[in-house]
Amino acid sequence: MSLWTMVIKMATGLERTCAIFFLTVLFSLPLGMIVALLRMSKNKVVSGVTRFVISVLRGTPLMLQLLAVTYGPYYLFGLTVSKNKLIPVVIAFSINYAAYFAEIYRGGIESIAKGQYEAAEVLGYSKTQTFIRIILPQVIKRIMPSVTNEVVTLVKDTSMAFTVSYQEMFTIGKEIANSQTSFMPFIVAGVFYFVFNAIVDFAMGKVEKKLNYYQ
Amino acid sequence: MENNLVLQMKNIKKSFDDNEVLKGISFEVEKGEVVSIIGPSGSGKSTLLRCATLLEKIDDGMIQYEDVVVANTEEGGKPVYLPKKEITHVKSYFGLVFQQFNLFPHFSVLKNVMHAPINVQKRDKAEVEKEARELLEKMGLADKADAYPCQLSGGQQQRVAIARALALNPDILFFDEPTSALDPELTGEVLKIIRQLAEEKMTMVIVTHEMSFARGVSNRVIFMDGGYIIEEGDPEEVFGNPTQERTKQFLKNYQQ
Ligand SMILES: Nc1ncnc2c1ncn2[C@@H]1O[C@H](COP(=O)(O)OP(=O)(O)OP(=O)(O)O)[C@@H](O)[C@H]1O
Ligand SMILES: [Mg+2]
Repeated sequence: MSLWTMVIKMATGLERTCAIFFLTVLFSLPLGMIVALLRMSKNKVVSGVTRFVISVLRGTPLMLQLLAVTYGPYYLFGLTVSKNKLIPVVIAFSINYAAYFAEIYRGGIESIAKGQYEAAEVLGYSKTQTFIRIILPQVIKRIMPSVTNEVVTLVKDTSMAFTVSYQEMFTIGKEIANSQTSFMPFIVAGVFYFVFNAIVDFAMGKVEKKLNYYQ
Repeated sequence: MENNLVLQMKNIKKSFDDNEVLKGISFEVEKGEVVSIIGPSGSGKSTLLRCATLLEKIDDGMIQYEDVVVANTEEGGKPVYLPKKEITHVKSYFGLVFQQFNLFPHFSVLKNVMHAPINVQKRDKAEVEKEARELLEKMGLADKADAYPCQLSGGQQQRVAIARALALNPDILFFDEPTSALDPELTGEVLKIIRQLAEEKMTMVIVTHEMSFARGVSNRVIFMDGGYIIEEGDPEEVFGNPTQERTKQFLKNYQQ
């Protein structure tokens, strides 16, 4: 197989790689905020349970979570594994990344000085207004570097979908590598991820710059 | 408005765990009056302002702004506060200027001043902007409207904070050591603004360690120690001829 054929074949999986990436970003960012708010709940049971769930999600391999979400329903309830594995893959990724984003959000929210809340309270802002208009914009700016880190990691983590044989770019590359006994597909994959991340880095850098209008 | 009283606080008690910080404080502020509160560190001055501005809940006593009783305690019971919706309205009676300014760093100077009138009081944007620019002009900050707080000196930030509080048209303005976080050469510009407000008959309660300023600006001085008001009166009397031993001692330490 020529290098060009290899690249073309693997590129057909890029669409799926992108699907995992963008859908995970789309779902995990807001889900992470919900998890963060539950984690900071004044209700001890709610915050305790959330804390435990976060530690399980962060403390076990993403690969296991992928397997659990994809095949768990079959082993537990005898449900057939759906043909379109994109759904379980995106669910597993979104939940896992939400746990990481939740901790980033929490760190950001807790880093905002008490004086900001008090100033808003005396000025008459409601709790919701204070969070959305005063606190959140400051949090977003502060956590941007950590979020960028996670997003870059996510690009690379999409390759884990091979564990459930979801035909994204890396899984295709791996199959070619096996059938052709060639290392070349992995090099091609590496270049793909590197370029993907260069684009992500560039885009996130733009966002960070935009938020730099104050110190 | 009864008796021209803007604020009445009666028998205010406040503890943090078993540390009783306010042990029964009563005072009133008349319209147009400037009251300074002085006293040693830990005497409860900030706590008193935080109770007055509803940042802390009192354990006992009564708070009344003009004719609105905000919190009241029945004999032997817990203080009852107004329902949330009415509290929001009560907040338009007062403003608070913090030691640490607490400006919103992600808003420009102008937006810091305009945001609450527009979003809390739901006032007309154009009208608010006109007033906000006038306030900044008065604070000597007309040319800083588009700057961000991080680009300003401490003295300038504090003047923005004063403008932000005034933009809501409060009837009374509280200051908690407004110049304590400033370099000495910057305190003057903030004190000048407060003096100017006093001349305009703005009702103010000022916690301060600037004794000569307190003496010059206020109609009345309150000396607090250990959670009590020890002495209260005309500034010339309290500073020039204090009657209480603790006041004398405190002022003596300050003259060095
Ligand atoms: N949130 C809080 N939790 C526990 N204790 C508190 C709290 N706020 C204040 N205190 C305690 O209350 C006492 C009075 O504090 P406060 O800040 O009112 O004093 P102050 O007169 O303003 O002093 P300073 O001149 O240093 O500002 C202190 O012993 C302080 O430790
Ligand atoms: Mg204090």
